[in-house]
Amino acid sequence: MSFNFQEYFDELNGGNVLFSYKGSITTGLINNVLDTVEAKLQDSDEHSKIRKKVYNVLVEGLQNLYHHNDDLPNSYKEKFEDGFGVLVIKKLGDCYKISTGNFIFSEHIKGLKNRIDKINSLSKEELKEEYKNILNNQKMSAKGGGGLGLVDIARKTGNKLDYMFHNYNEKYYFFSLDISISN
Amino acid sequence: MEPISFEGTPKTPTVNFNADNGIIEIKGRSIPENSIEFYKPLVDWLEKYKENAQPMTKVIIQLEYFNTSSSKCILDVFKKLEAIHKAKNPVEIHWYYEEDDEDMLEAGEDYESIIRVPFKMVEIVE
Repeated sequence: MSFNFQEYFDELNGGNVLFSYKGSITTGLINNVLDTVEAKLQDSDEHSKIRKKVYNVLVEGLQNLYHHNDDLPNSYKEKFEDGFGVLVIKKLGDCYKISTGNFIFSEHIKGLKNRIDKINSLSKEELKEEYKNILNNQKMSAKGGGGLGLVDIARKTGNKLDYMFHNYNEKYYFFSLDISISN
Repeated sequence: MEPISFEGTPKTPTVNFNADNGIIEIKGRSIPENSIEFYKPLVDWLEKYKENAQPMTKVIIQLEYFNTSSSKCILDVFKKLEAIHKAKNPVEIHWYYEEDDEDMLEAGEDYESIIRVPFKMVEIVE
């Protein structure tokens, strides 16, 4: 069965939602989200350690969406704007969950999946080494991070990256990523 | 040599590079989508400063947040500082972190293990 975006988005929006967005991921949007979420976190009684982790993960998650979106053909544009992405932030008990979603070309799945599976297989110490290794040895891509974002998220949260590739059609999949930040 | 003096913004840090007193400061947030553009003038400035570096260069890094795109650029800044230090003009990097911010402390330690310049970890107690 092919991926039903609306069902996915509705399900994501169940529970205690702090912030929810679907649409173009632009620099202006990123600024807006960061301001809004930072203000909400300030208002909450949350410990500054957790607030900072949530904010950091949010920055990386948004920048991944901004830089790594695969373009959709024109015929999709009635349904999904340019640079389409999803961001939902929820609070579940004393844990925060940041979910992102974006379209990806079928042929990009393998690389991304291998990358995440590798990150998920690493221990805390190994993640630190991986981070330093990329930082010091890999050329930075024109886009910026050069693959550090997901490693950084895994390191800061101490949790596994929970992801799925939903088949949309022959050419596209929808990549959903759930990141948990716990106390 | 002209100093660099950038006012901070919600996404870029306050920067003060002063060749007259050898004090190099980066403070605030560094979370732009494209960091290379922001950091290039800083790296270029240090390249020139190296020719006439002060006998002691004090570097103050006091960041609240930085993204992974900035982390490579910060390393580039540190590599320039390392070259100055190697050229017998000592450099000391003071890395500030808030008392409960273990992630920021760890980030400083990552750099310390890569760059051959003395680091001082400075805890900010509220």
